[in-house]
Amino acid sequence: MAVSETVSALPAVGTKLQVENLNIVFTRDGKTTPVLQGINLDVSGGEFVCVVGPSGCGKSTLLNVLGGFLSPTSGAVKIDGEVVRGPDPRRVFVFQERGVFPWLTVEGNIGFGLFKLPAAERKQRIAHYIKMVGLQGFEEAYPAELSGGMKQRLEVARALAVNPDMLYLDEPFGALDSITRHIMRGELLRIWEAERKTIVFVTHDIDEAVQMADRVVVLSARPAVVQQIVSIDIPHPRDISSPRYLALRDGILQQIGLAHKI
Amino acid sequence: MVRLRPIVFIAVLLVAWQVAVSRHAGYILPGPWGVVGGIADLVRHGFLFKYVVASLFRVTWGFSLAALLAIPLGLTIGWYRRGQMALNPMVQVFRPISPLAWIPLAILWFGVGDASAIFLIFLGCFFPLLLTSINAVRNIPSVYINAGRNFGLRPAALVYRVLYPAVMPQLLVGLRITLGVAWLVVVAAEMIAVDSGLGFLIVDARNAGNRYDLVVAGMVIIGLIGLLLDTAMHSLEKVRSFRWAYSED
Amino acid sequence: MRALAEPNKWERLFWPVVAFAVLLGLWHYLVMWSGTKVFPAPVQVEKGIVELFHKNVLWPDIANSLRRVAIGFGAAVLLGIPLGLSLGWYPAANQVVNPVMQILRPISPIAWIPVAIIFFGVGDNAAIFLIFLGSFFPIVVSCIDGVSNVPSVYRRTGRNFGLSPSQLLTRVVFPAALPQIIVGLRLALGIAWLVVVAAEMVAVDSGLGYLVIDSRNSGKRYDLVVAAMLMIGVIGLILDIGVRRLERFKSIRWGFRNEF
Repeated sequence: MAVSETVSALPAVGTKLQVENLNIVFTRDGKTTPVLQGINLDVSGGEFVCVVGPSGCGKSTLLNVLGGFLSPTSGAVKIDGEVVRGPDPRRVFVFQERGVFPWLTVEGNIGFGLFKLPAAERKQRIAHYIKMVGLQGFEEAYPAELSGGMKQRLEVARALAVNPDMLYLDEPFGALDSITRHIMRGELLRIWEAERKTIVFVTHDIDEAVQMADRVVVLSARPAVVQQIVSIDIPHPRDISSPRYLALRDGILQQIGLAHKI
Repeated sequence: MVRLRPIVFIAVLLVAWQVAVSRHAGYILPGPWGVVGGIADLVRHGFLFKYVVASLFRVTWGFSLAALLAIPLGLTIGWYRRGQMALNPMVQVFRPISPLAWIPLAILWFGVGDASAIFLIFLGCFFPLLLTSINAVRNIPSVYINAGRNFGLRPAALVYRVLYPAVMPQLLVGLRITLGVAWLVVVAAEMIAVDSGLGFLIVDARNAGNRYDLVVAGMVIIGLIGLLLDTAMHSLEKVRSFRWAYSED
Repeated sequence: MRALAEPNKWERLFWPVVAFAVLLGLWHYLVMWSGTKVFPAPVQVEKGIVELFHKNVLWPDIANSLRRVAIGFGAAVLLGIPLGLSLGWYPAANQVVNPVMQILRPISPIAWIPVAIIFFGVGDNAAIFLIFLGSFFPIVVSCIDGVSNVPSVYRRTGRNFGLSPSQLLTRVVFPAALPQIIVGLRLALGIAWLVVVAAEMVAVDSGLGYLVIDSRNSGKRYDLVVAAMLMIGVIGLILDIGVRRLERFKSIRWGFRNEF
């Protein structure tokens, strides 16, 4: 079980998120289960980091801790130097499209977090983000009338509308078919390049991670430790048949121990 | 300690009740102690057992008859779309008619007595169970039926090995709810149309001497038995082979 | 299996009409065949309905029954929803109160009549109290269930966006629970309608329930008895359809799969 190999091409200045020696142990009926062990991670502002690992290894748990929904058993999570104590609109979660509120229209959903703003500004922001995610014409539609991909875009728009510093995405494309997923990855990158939020993206799809991230954090099976952190130094747009891409991807596959031929 | 909190709450309510009653000297309603006395009275005279048995007897008959008729009928109707289309409007008109509204007809057909009460309970259970069964069949995912036919199941086997397990969870919930309805109806029916049973006890205790301690005692016993019936049905739902429909998601 | 094929649109009207005609025919035939002097044939029931309208008995009775339901049910809604929401929101409170509710719930509202008469006397108020009792518990239970069934994703999202607990309740939990609450309202309204009829048979002297009993007692007018029963059924159905309309709003419809 390797310790983190941080080959980072990004400057250490502007560190946004710091995870220091994080340990999560679940206790239930007297039985203790270590889930995460000794996780160390630094994420810079504006960086796109993917966390991959086998199912059930604790990726989502890690994200929950980063988002303030779970307290660490030991260790600390700091954002901008401040310890994370609870959920905050400065770091917004994006789940699979089931997180969208079905009783609100598209406009209603996007405007959900904007209750502190005056009406005029709210309307403006909503319009801006509807345009950004490409949902024009569906302002008055309800989620039940939208496709999976559209609901996902709605959720991203809702998250962005409150202008957070960080976005946490927990396998957001998991429920989509592979074509839509492909398109959505491009969309997310486009949005990221426009707004440059810091993104932590959890997925079990290694291709997805290598296609999108600046760095890929590979977690082992439970109890999860950081097996390696791979820097993807290919500029966007990435050619997914380029040798460099394939090399990086295969490197990770081998690290996890997955078969090369099916 | 947390487990005791509901008990404490009930105790508090009982005390408040007792206090309210003793403040109004000469008030007709009994306090909790009076109710206990009433229950003891009933046990001593042998009425409690007799009345409980009478009420349960009627419920058993009415409920069982309704289930035996409504479930197969409902499953069949639900299976054939046209059957459901034909009968649904009529069932929907019959359903809101309180079983008690049938009393004059019941007495006309069955006279005053057990048969009338059982008929009323039957009515109260029949329509809900019919609708539950129709619904349950309509809600079977077609993949199950298709899989059954794919495996070459003949109609009889299809019913026994696919239909029945598929509708069971929903039917059990419906049966439990309807049993509750049966218990409500029997009490009401006994207050009006027969001369034994817990419902009758309430009416009689008041009419023959304003024995409100017996009235409230009767109410308490009705509540407890109703709860017992419900709990018993609930544990039936917990039987493993039916639990597939209740999995947490 | 032709029987399983999708039926045509016109059949939606055809089959119920056929079934109804068959039922009427059977009824008529049975009455003729049994030679009963008392039980009405369909034609006599229809005449009975007309007669009730003409004697101006029907409308006041319907109005009285509906009025009692409105007040009793309304009170149950006004008190039951806040209570149910609170109990669902604070499971600790629910754990304390629930056993009491479970004991009170199986007691038929009719069994409360003697107690109700003590507090309210014979008449309208007692009936309204009974209706309130009958509607109250289903509403509370459906609120509790609705709140506890709100998917945790929604609550987490609410907290994520910085909502205070009270905002969370009103802007996330309540809308998310609303479909289930409406199911409870529909159930409770059905019960209210059953109870009002029963209560009117025992404790008051107006309303549809009273009409049923009175028609028999004063003259064995079974044609009027059946006529009143039909009215009860039809109006109960109309009330139910009314609540179903509520379920169609888009901000609620998401909570229902195919209703039948």
